[in-house]
Amino acid sequence: MAEPILRIEDIHKAYGKTKVLRGVSFDVAPGEVVVIIGPSGTGKSTLLRCVNLLTVPDRGRVWLEGVELTDKAVDINKAREKIGMVFQEFNLFTHLTAVQNVMLALTKVKGMKTAEARARAERELEKVGLADKADLYPAELSGGQKQRVAIARALAMNPKVMLFDEPTSALDPELIGEVLEVMQALASQGMTMLVVSHELGFAREVADRIIFLEDGVIAEEGPPEQLFVNPRNPRTREFLYKLTELYGEHGEPKSRGRER
Amino acid sequence: MTLTETLRFMWDILPELLQGLEVTIQLTAMSLAGGFVLAVPVALVRTYTRGPLNWPATAFVELFRGTPLLVQLYVVYYGLPELGFVLDRLLSAWIALFLNSAAYQSEYIRGAIQSVSRGQLLAARALGMRSLTAFRWVVLPQALRLALPSWSNEVAYMVKYVSVVYMIAVGELFTRGQLIITRTWKVGPTLFTVALIYILVVYAVTKVMDHVERRFRIPGLETGVEGREA
Amino acid sequence: MRCVVYILPAAKLTLLVTVMSLAMGFVLGMLLAVARVYGGPVLRFAAASYSRVVRSLPTLVMVFALYYVVLMTDFLGGSRLASAVLALGACSTAYQSEIFRGAIQSLGSGQMLAARSLGMSRPVALRNVILPQAVRLAIPAWSNEAAIVLKDSSLVSAVGTVELFRRAEHVAAATHDWLTAFLAVGLIYFCLTFLTNRGLDWVERRYRLKV
Repeated sequence: MAEPILRIEDIHKAYGKTKVLRGVSFDVAPGEVVVIIGPSGTGKSTLLRCVNLLTVPDRGRVWLEGVELTDKAVDINKAREKIGMVFQEFNLFTHLTAVQNVMLALTKVKGMKTAEARARAERELEKVGLADKADLYPAELSGGQKQRVAIARALAMNPKVMLFDEPTSALDPELIGEVLEVMQALASQGMTMLVVSHELGFAREVADRIIFLEDGVIAEEGPPEQLFVNPRNPRTREFLYKLTELYGEHGEPKSRGRER
Repeated sequence: MTLTETLRFMWDILPELLQGLEVTIQLTAMSLAGGFVLAVPVALVRTYTRGPLNWPATAFVELFRGTPLLVQLYVVYYGLPELGFVLDRLLSAWIALFLNSAAYQSEYIRGAIQSVSRGQLLAARALGMRSLTAFRWVVLPQALRLALPSWSNEVAYMVKYVSVVYMIAVGELFTRGQLIITRTWKVGPTLFTVALIYILVVYAVTKVMDHVERRFRIPGLETGVEGREA
Repeated sequence: MRCVVYILPAAKLTLLVTVMSLAMGFVLGMLLAVARVYGGPVLRFAAASYSRVVRSLPTLVMVFALYYVVLMTDFLGGSRLASAVLALGACSTAYQSEIFRGAIQSLGSGQMLAARSLGMSRPVALRNVILPQAVRLAIPAWSNEAAIVLKDSSLVSAVGTVELFRRAEHVAAATHDWLTAFLAVGLIYFCLTFLTNRGLDWVERRYRLKV
């Protein structure tokens, strides 16, 4: 493996007495797409938030491009500029139009001039196929469109790594495809991606590596062929079997709500 | 008094009452503005901090909401001179009114901040914004929009509650009415005219604020936060 | 602290005025609310107009208006106390009518329809189905209203009713210590509003409906 762009080392996190993560370590190489799967409540979302320290891990360290983010001396806001994040519930800024959503961090974090930010934002919206929706508010967009704006918002910051936290779980089935398409295109352009998802079809096709997380530890990891065709851990086999059996290639139903 | 005489009388006292109305409007505007400036940091501190910063803010809000405006006015106007702060009537009136309004406004804003979903702040932080930047550009604009309906109510309340300063004889609308009554003893027509002016002003305020609310309509942020009920 | 002891007995009158005004507002406000939801066009208009006009007026205007009326017509023996209760009650009627109207409307039309479909007459349905639910839904807003009437009762001191605030003025004038007297009366008001809110919170929890 090349020099890792992202290194996660021995992450622990507990909420009260519930130990959500119990020592998770892995590396991500530049351009690699890693999909994290696992049963609900096994800390997948928590793990993702530990990467950009939106959740501070109780123990363990995170490196981005050789810099330790968990070091108190590091300006985490600077680091977050390099780590794009897409949420299950979109979290678009309700009071801003699509294009303003993309512009806000460009002007307030990167210090760009408004005109420049606007041009940049419009380019990013165009890439996700939403140039014509630039002046609509989030409430006027469909779920799939919202999530594409959210992706454009993250990409506008020129991130080195993109985190996707169940990006299609809150979407109606017919809207999932358009979001996956954007993600697939992004992967083929060489973006490093860390994706929590139940979209097995996407995982099989796009992922370089799959991590199966269970009870706060990595139960198994490997290339998709290995995990899907010949999983070593019987728990992996069981989980994948149930998932495909129950929901086909499209993962869990949306009614489950969000994990912590 | 015949009807024409009554109308004549009402017409004659109108200029004096309108002078009073001017003071009422000035006091209302200045109290709302001063109250707002104080309310935002108080709401911020009460929502996001605990301990030594939080408790004076909480005490301020609870004390001013838990006691009559009249008492607050008297403490400022009659009480503070004992501590060496001698303030004129108008300044005392303004201080009591804006502190009182700040307490209520901070509650509207606090409620609105709390109803802005946590994901908004999370997304802002994920983009590399510092907490204050995220608050200023993401949470606060949404909270202010959500608080606007209660704030509209507060404008009408202030117009009405400014009348309380009659008790320390600041020459606002109601005080002028009382002066006319003691001078002429024409109670009915005078109070009727005063009431009419209040009704028109409050009506105008409501209409203007409706317009403002429509003007700043944001799809997805329509649901307001409950204001002071009465 | 001696100040508090001098002022405190007047709390009886403040509470009396508050309770009577709230009671008047409750009965009349409820009638207005029912008129506004279930009445004909004329009744609806009249009820809405009353509420709109009175809610546009400062409480002080009402206090003086009723004071002059009672004084000049010698109604109820020209009692200041009666005029005070009438004024605060008339104001509270308007606000309470809004509270109860909101509560009734939030029930939706289904409850009335269901009751009528069982053969209940409108008044019977109102009494047994609508109002018991509406009153409970209205408790939090009503608790607010109670605290506001309590605080606004200080305004009736302007027409010479010797309630808490007026009593504090007397004490201040006698002791020449205005600050202490008004801080003391503020403290008493604060405790009273606090207890009112807590008490009604308890009532709300006790009678909350599980949906």
